[in-house]
Amino acid sequence: MPDKKPPPRLAFRKIEPYLYLAPATILIILVFIYPIIQIIQSSLLENTASGIKTVGFTNYRLVSEDPVFWTALQNNGKLLFSVPFMTVLALIIAILLFEHVRGWLIYRGLIFLPYILAIPVVGTTFVYLLGLNGIVNTILESVGLKFLTQDWLGSATWVIPSISMVIIYREMGFGVVLFLARLMSLEQEILEAAEIDGANWWQKHIFVTLPQLAGVLEFFIVVELITMLSWVFAYVFTMTGGGPGFASTVMEFYIWKHAFAFRSPGIASALAVVLLATTTLLIVLQLRLRRKSLEETA
Amino acid sequence: MKETSYRPSGKNLLAAIPTQIVLIFFSIVAIYPVYYMVVTAFKTRQNWLHDQFGLPNPITWQNFADAFSRGNIPLWFGNSVIVTIFSLIVSTAVSTLAAYAIARFRFAGRALYFNSMIALMVIPPAVLILPLFVLMVNISLINTLTSVIIIYSGLLIPFSIYLLVSFFRSLPPELFDAAAIDGCTNLDTFWRITLPLSTPALVTLVVVNALFVWNELLIALVFLQSETAKTLMPGLTTFKGHFTLNEPLIMAGTLIATIPMILLYLFGQRLFVEGLVAGAVK
Repeated sequence: MPDKKPPPRLAFRKIEPYLYLAPATILIILVFIYPIIQIIQSSLLENTASGIKTVGFTNYRLVSEDPVFWTALQNNGKLLFSVPFMTVLALIIAILLFEHVRGWLIYRGLIFLPYILAIPVVGTTFVYLLGLNGIVNTILESVGLKFLTQDWLGSATWVIPSISMVIIYREMGFGVVLFLARLMSLEQEILEAAEIDGANWWQKHIFVTLPQLAGVLEFFIVVELITMLSWVFAYVFTMTGGGPGFASTVMEFYIWKHAFAFRSPGIASALAVVLLATTTLLIVLQLRLRRKSLEETA
Repeated sequence: MKETSYRPSGKNLLAAIPTQIVLIFFSIVAIYPVYYMVVTAFKTRQNWLHDQFGLPNPITWQNFADAFSRGNIPLWFGNSVIVTIFSLIVSTAVSTLAAYAIARFRFAGRALYFNSMIALMVIPPAVLILPLFVLMVNISLINTLTSVIIIYSGLLIPFSIYLLVSFFRSLPPELFDAAAIDGCTNLDTFWRITLPLSTPALVTLVVVNALFVWNELLIALVFLQSETAKTLMPGLTTFKGHFTLNEPLIMAGTLIATIPMILLYLFGQRLFVEGLVAGAVK
């Protein structure tokens, strides 16, 4: 290429990377930083009788005295329990696929399919499948377990476990694909050596495969724990609308409800800050755990 | 990713039968809701009331005709297409540029910037919607596709930068040295070398991000409240409310909304898999 341009000046060199970062930074400030500052501020503002806004913790006090807030927080907590189930299931399926059964590509394709379906689509369909005359009850009846049949999404006791099942249904495929990809990158010789040494199927996978999957397992578990706190709105909105009563209300749903249905922005803001703090706490904990495990292996 | 895998020694066909049964079971569970959606969409309501789970008899296209004529589905579908395309263009453009700076330059705050992207990925959108709503009302963008395009573009940036930085760092540095010796400016190098070499990563990123935007509900619900501004996902919830007692029609609507992603999946399964795995392997 002919040398047409003079070499860039030193001053330009210094600011050049920042110019490249500028457009992304503007959008990030607009969509993340500004709203976070705003939400913290508005959670601390309160209307006095005279119409003047003052600073205080009234919103937080009201939130802490609201039983629905505690229900919502507990529901998010209960949803966290779906994570171990989906992780173990995904791990077993990934190992079975990895053992190279006939048609493994087809199985992978089918098992991953739910993950590309939109949550509103999954939710709408499962409202029928979990209804009184839905497939779940029909199967239970046909195998003589009629006493177990329920209005799964209409029962305050069963609604959260039912939503959990639907979440596991949609998210598990992601784990399968993730674990399978990692398994395929493993050194085959180690597994073969374990077999030659007489390790059985369980020993081989527990002592050889599992330790090597630690990184990707941790990634999946963290992503799914965050999902249970931050991305379950669409499931609740399309399947139950937070009901029956408030039995399936989760934090996101309750924030939305206060912000746009009850028109109480102060409470919505306080709730949002609590959710933000919870997710932050989870990440900090994970980072500390990771640092600790790094120190131990070092 | 190589599509070959380790084959354990000494396994015969008989021993594989329990494995096959388990996998067939999970495959049926995975596709059953899709099967249900498809067969219901082709049933008359009478047919559905008598036989919820069987194949449609007779097969009817009426639900699709109704979904198109009685609701705003074509309009919402168009809105979803516009929102998805523009969000992807904006987020990809700004993220590639930023990722290039992080991967190729040394500057103060580089590590901090990159680590902040990881932190931003975990922020729940529910936390952001109220201040953004007030903002969009103040600048008169509420009920416009522009509002959600801006928000989606912003939300996609952290993951996009994270993925692209990893990819750009994997490109051989000799190429960039050679380009510099040939007198290319950094922008030339970005445009003529980095981008063409990154096509596979960019395609993967676009596919994964398209899935997110097309399927997103909460933000669309909050910012697109007028009937004509809606995208498919909030549209579907309205549609469901209007035709509560016509289950086959509702399933036809959800099927229409799902078809683009199913097509994308059929043709690009590999891309989904690679994109989702790429985030984890680093």
